[in-house]
Amino acid sequence: MTAAVRVEGLVKHYGKISALSGISFEIAEGELFALLGPNGAGKTTTIRILTGLTRPTAGRAFFFGRDIFSSPLYARRLAGLVPQATNLDLELTVWENLLIHGLLFGMSRGRIRERAEELLRFAGLWERRGDRVRALSGGMRRRLLIIRALMHEPRILFLDEPTVGLDPHIRRRLWGLIKQIQARGTTILLTTHYIEEAEFLADRVAFLEQGRIVALDTPQNLMAALGEVAVDLVDDEGLSTRYFRTREEAEREAVKLSRAGKSVTIRRVNLEDAFLHFTGRRV
Amino acid sequence: MRGFLAVYLRELLIIWHRLPRMLLSFSVSPTLYLVAFGFGLGKNLTVGDRPYLEFLVPGVVAASSMMQGFGINVEINVARFYLRIFEEFQAAPISNWAYVLGEIFGGVTRAFLSTLVILAITALAGINLHFGPVFFLGVFLNAFVFASLGVTSAMLIRSHADQALVTNFIITPMVFLGGTFFPVEDLPAWARWPLKLLPLTHASHLIRSVAYGQAVPVFSLLVLMVLALAGLCLAYLSVDRARD
Repeated sequence: MTAAVRVEGLVKHYGKISALSGISFEIAEGELFALLGPNGAGKTTTIRILTGLTRPTAGRAFFFGRDIFSSPLYARRLAGLVPQATNLDLELTVWENLLIHGLLFGMSRGRIRERAEELLRFAGLWERRGDRVRALSGGMRRRLLIIRALMHEPRILFLDEPTVGLDPHIRRRLWGLIKQIQARGTTILLTTHYIEEAEFLADRVAFLEQGRIVALDTPQNLMAALGEVAVDLVDDEGLSTRYFRTREEAEREAVKLSRAGKSVTIRRVNLEDAFLHFTGRRV
Repeated sequence: MRGFLAVYLRELLIIWHRLPRMLLSFSVSPTLYLVAFGFGLGKNLTVGDRPYLEFLVPGVVAASSMMQGFGINVEINVARFYLRIFEEFQAAPISNWAYVLGEIFGGVTRAFLSTLVILAITALAGINLHFGPVFFLGVFLNAFVFASLGVTSAMLIRSHADQALVTNFIITPMVFLGGTFFPVEDLPAWARWPLKLLPLTHASHLIRSVAYGQAVPVFSLLVLMVLALAGLCLAYLSVDRARD
């Protein structure tokens, strides 16, 4: 089957600074794929190139088998973008923001009306449709930003740090929304530097560091590469972690260490462990 | 076509939401010019055989429609650097023509509103001028030329501060030298010829001639048409420069 997104050797230089040093990956249709990495790893650059905001220095990319750099209008019609900065028209109303987006993507007035109502109800913003965006809370603006990107029914949705700077309960609500969008068949590429976000949402994760992909797999496989159970150990040299296949092995080690007077904690291996293992640094 | 409509409609909605404030602000500088130079300084002056005020009003219309047309650059800067809405346009499947024309017509619409405000103010002063179709064609072409330059400069600059520089060096001198306040024809030849290169000189000449009920100055009309076309092409070419 043709991949929804295929990226081959994408490179981007800004002057002498290299933002992307040749990354390649594929996303299957309906898959939620996460790019995880620290600030400056190249996550946003990747999304900007795939949505036509930035021109690549080298490399190729395809949506459903068609080259997006030689068919930019085709690519833009298929893609929906939720940028990192909330770029709504603050002086316009919620409804007007959706109307302009619909017209930009060539939708008819009637279709815009239908789709906007459906999405506003879906995101719990129907009652606020006549309000200026300026009057909305941060969480509501973020929801509006997401449904605006969905107006033209994109087959591929790009979410650039969708929950950055939001309260935990609003973040969980957005996670639910993103899962629902995926359940309707949309392919999603998400960037985040919140590891738990990638662990919760993603079917597959790519660890990005300094413009390179250092590991790419399902969260389960990435974690399984280390083991099942982790023992955190705090001593004079700071915090270190050891990994074990089974809980019994971990407990035996923990008992031994605590008898030696060390402070230990036993827990499940998480995606952060895998990230640290593959990149050698913290997010 | 829908792309053009989307960009233009956005500008119209912004104008609509701000209309009272905007009309008030459009009226400030023309009123000041008319009061200071027309009623104050020029009360007993005549230019040719006409009262100075009648000379001044078409000049202020030209200068004001230039400034409001060019002023679309401020809106684009806000959309680009502050709201980041510009990325919505860049990621949308619309042509650069749709974007450029939408913004230019946004500027032209502002210019027309400011012209109407000036005409409303001068109507109160009881001035004997003609405001026919060619008068408004002149306003349109003038606004189109400067709105397209406004779009171009907004695409090429990298920050708000750069924009102020462009306005200070190009727009403000033109207001004072482009036939707004005094007849360029009265200057010595060495000063007259450089000023004839300014687009605003032709716009104020055209707008003033038809407001006086004189024959249409075809050369100035042609100059503005050519400049409008050139400005449109420049704006079109500049859009891709804003993509990094």
